[in-house]
Amino acid sequence: MCGIIGVIDRTKSRMDGSCIKAALSLMNERGSGDGAGYVAYGIYPDYADCYALHVFFDNMEEPKEKVDEILQKQGTIVHQEEIPTTEQPGLKKVHIPWRYFFKPFKDQIGGSLGSEDDLVKDIVMEVNAGIKGALVFSSGKNMGVFKASGWPEDVANFFRIEEYEGYIWLAHNRYPTNTPGWWGGAHPFNLLDWSVVHNGEITSYGTNKRYVEGYGYKCTLLTDTEVVAYLFDLLGRKHGLSKERIVKALAPPFWDEIDRMPPAEEELNRAIRLTYGSALMNGPFAIVVASTDGIVGFTDRIKLRPLVVGETENRLYISSEEAAIRVIEPGIENIYTPRAGEPIIGRFNE
Amino acid sequence: MTLRIDAKNMHYTPLNQQIKAAVADGVKEIVLDNVLGQRFIADGLRGDDVRIVINGVPGGDLAMLMNGPTCIVHGNGEHAPGNTMNSGLLVIHGSAGDAVAHGMRGGKVYIRNNIGYRGGIHMKQYDLDARPVLVIGGTAHSFLGEYMAGGLVLVLGIGLEKSMTDRGIGSGIHGGEIIIRGEVEDHLLGVGAKKFEFTEADLERIKPEIEGFCARFGLDPTEFLDTNYTRIAPSSSRPFAGKYVWE
Amino acid sequence: MTLGSVPPRYKISIDREQCMDCGRCIENCSYGVFRREGDRIITESRKCTACMRCIAMCPRDAINLKENPVDYRSHPVWTREAREDVIRQARSGKIILSGMGNTQNHPIIFDRLLLDACQVTNPSIDPLREPMELRTYIGKKPSRLQFKKTEAGDVELETKLAPNLRLETPIMIGHMSFGAISLNAHLSMAKAVSELGTFMGTGEGGMHRKLYPYQNNLIAQVASGRFGVNVDYLERGAAIEIKIGQGAKPGIGGHLPGEKVSAEVSMTRMIPEGSDAISPAPHHDIYSIEDLVQLVRGLKEATEWKKPVFVKIAAVHNVAAIAAGIARSSADAVVIDGYRGGTGAAPKVFRDHVGIPIEVAIASVDQKLREQGVRNEVSIIASGGIRNSADLAKSIALGADAVYIGTAALIAMGCRVCGNCYRGLCPWGIATQRPDLVSRLNPEEGARQVSNLIKGWTLDLSELMGAAGINSIESMRGNRDRLRGFMLDEGLLEVLDVKTVGA
Repeated sequence: MCGIIGVIDRTKSRMDGSCIKAALSLMNERGSGDGAGYVAYGIYPDYADCYALHVFFDNMEEPKEKVDEILQKQGTIVHQEEIPTTEQPGLKKVHIPWRYFFKPFKDQIGGSLGSEDDLVKDIVMEVNAGIKGALVFSSGKNMGVFKASGWPEDVANFFRIEEYEGYIWLAHNRYPTNTPGWWGGAHPFNLLDWSVVHNGEITSYGTNKRYVEGYGYKCTLLTDTEVVAYLFDLLGRKHGLSKERIVKALAPPFWDEIDRMPPAEEELNRAIRLTYGSALMNGPFAIVVASTDGIVGFTDRIKLRPLVVGETENRLYISSEEAAIRVIEPGIENIYTPRAGEPIIGRFNE
Repeated sequence: MTLRIDAKNMHYTPLNQQIKAAVADGVKEIVLDNVLGQRFIADGLRGDDVRIVINGVPGGDLAMLMNGPTCIVHGNGEHAPGNTMNSGLLVIHGSAGDAVAHGMRGGKVYIRNNIGYRGGIHMKQYDLDARPVLVIGGTAHSFLGEYMAGGLVLVLGIGLEKSMTDRGIGSGIHGGEIIIRGEVEDHLLGVGAKKFEFTEADLERIKPEIEGFCARFGLDPTEFLDTNYTRIAPSSSRPFAGKYVWE
Repeated sequence: MTLGSVPPRYKISIDREQCMDCGRCIENCSYGVFRREGDRIITESRKCTACMRCIAMCPRDAINLKENPVDYRSHPVWTREAREDVIRQARSGKIILSGMGNTQNHPIIFDRLLLDACQVTNPSIDPLREPMELRTYIGKKPSRLQFKKTEAGDVELETKLAPNLRLETPIMIGHMSFGAISLNAHLSMAKAVSELGTFMGTGEGGMHRKLYPYQNNLIAQVASGRFGVNVDYLERGAAIEIKIGQGAKPGIGGHLPGEKVSAEVSMTRMIPEGSDAISPAPHHDIYSIEDLVQLVRGLKEATEWKKPVFVKIAAVHNVAAIAAGIARSSADAVVIDGYRGGTGAAPKVFRDHVGIPIEVAIASVDQKLREQGVRNEVSIIASGGIRNSADLAKSIALGADAVYIGTAALIAMGCRVCGNCYRGLCPWGIATQRPDLVSRLNPEEGARQVSNLIKGWTLDLSELMGAAGINSIESMRGNRDRLRGFMLDEGLLEVLDVKTVGA
């Protein structure tokens, strides 16, 4: 059980975090106070060409030194600071949230060394799998994740969410089941540009995890949602699939539906299922994924979790409950529920 | 109608596709020039009246599973020419590597000079129509006719003092026969192989093979038409029957 | 004779009160246990193999069978088996031949792996009313897809798919040759797989012409003996399998005894009647991995790259590295045969002591292929000791794409696992070529039973997946998170990459 909401403004008009906080808080019945989180795109225009690395440190001694060392070896730390927070009575500050604005050295990339993104991905994997007391939980450009254990309002107030302005927001209200309620386990999960909020449980996690691990991703966060971010990064960034095709791989049509398609479409869908069978996600889920160029929401193939879509002239909302959308847009007229496995895509106007 | 293909730098898959397509179109003779290392030439190829001429050195598994055609190589052969060949004729104007005619079940393979180890291994025969024949003009290395289950291996030893000097002849043989020009020393025989007297009747039987071989290479067959051969055949068609006891 | 006889293995007795003297036991026993003397049926227990045919056919339940009716002095080291093997070899100086699979009392890892089910946090799926997808494709898959833009501006698929076998259920029947088993057994299984949309291996003995109607569901095998192999045979098969090794006897070849080479077997294998059919230990055109590549590609060239080619190996210590080599050979699937795999005949010392369990072989092969980024290059087919739907589900969760069954299919046709296949007297008409015995197996009935078995397992698998909240077999494959190990040691848990129960 969890609650999710996402919004994109197609004109890139930026929204501060107050609305999303209110919308998420409306769905408190879906959470348990063990985790909440927000991600916003467009919040660091001053450092737009740097990777914004958000890190939870357990202390500022050894873990911090080690992260500094890795970053300084591979690039320039343009700026760093503690993420501003305000203590909340209902929220115990167990980590120090820190942010780096980081630029990889150009001579470390290219050719067999991979791209700038590959280098940053490897840094994230190295820190999260190898450095005790440090966790990179956000690593894209001009965007940032803010999350902790607690209720949505407390987490929002703790991170002063209202002070950030973004043109995409995702938010998540957590009710942990299989894994403990810890800061790293709160959503959104992020890698590079990709951020994921997820309601449900992925019964194919073991298969998906083994699949992405074959490509150098390391699942370290003890929860199933993490793998979705890696699947999007692999299929989207590395394999160059469009968002529609990624969703086709993760929540494909049934074989009997594929069998009835016209030949070229049948071949395409069969090829996707054959190639990406290990990426197929099973079990109940409603997911919204954001990246620099938009958002996509989809559910599992038999719609075991709710998902509601609302559209206004400039904005697309995707949420677990209609009421959450109406907190922000009381008069919204275009509200509908998508079909199982159908990708709902929000892009910026050309 | 003859088709010439310049095989220089060609991969074997398109080469074989061209050959098969030409045969399907009714081409009866295909000449391949500049062959160098391409494997699987004429692999699985059908057509009793089709002739493939190879100028160069083809790669391994030449005429593998071939079913009918005649294939003539002006050059040496590599590993396992005639592998599991079903019918047809393979002629090599030179020598060939190991496992020549491996598992061959029909047709003929003529090698003008020498072959490597395990020639004719596991050749087998079902009836008179499916009786493989391997004729070697020179000599062969060890384990000639190993596990042989049928057919004929003939070694002529042309220009050699002794036709065979390598060991393990007919090791595990349980069908067919190996006929070697001249005497063969006992210690060269493998397990399960036994020498038999070579008779006039045997000569009558292999005469067509001698003549066929000589005709291909411009040799005088009369030189070979006598009983100066050693015939090696299985001591039993059940070589392993005495090896086991039931649980 | 200084050794004397060993005690009989089985004691057959007739309940005289029940017996109605119908003589069916005499007719049915091909081993000569029963005979009539005057008005009585006499038994000769020493000839009994525990094939259970007499008991199954007795209308009065009048026959009783007891195993090991005579006790030896008990001894934990010098077991009955150990003593009798010594006596047998002291008497003969020969290799002890045995049938069926490994009889060692090693723990069965499958039985120490437990499957998962949903409670609350995700819903079970009811396969009766919700879609449940077991369709499995066996063969090479691309590791990623490439698209191109057409002139009209449409995006179309550029990647070409390699030929795959489409299975409606991930259960196939493994290779048991015609010769080792009867034509009616082959026909029964071939009809069953055709009806179910799955596949069966021909074994290494070629394809009898009566199987041609089912050839689209048959996999043609090429073993070291190359029996019945020509280009027609290869083209008939839906796929081709190169047999390198067999779990019951890794590292050695096989011999079909001349007694079993009947006229029909001789014709199908293309060898003379009555002669031993010998499969050498190695393929003599394969002495190294690059030679395997040559055979794989040679078979593909012969069939114009239209057929998937499988390579079957026995699960031996270094199976993962070998499978990784095979994955780079152009082969489309690797079949791993565990040390519990059955056989018509194998030297006892091999059957019981060589090779490793299929469970660990699947786990280590799947892991190695993933580490090397070649898992999509080959499908993994697991075989050797798959006894039931739970073994099937666990095999897939460990990483197999599909399984081959062998012994289970034979049992479905009547086999009681007596292990005397190599004698050619199978009273169930399975492992024999004697026409009167073969006629006991009706191919229609045999097909129905084999088909029922596979259907039953398929239903079980659907239910197990549904309970685990999974509606597509892809999400079961390699999903080791849905397994827990019970009473497995740490080393094994690590190899299996499975957590212990409670974790």
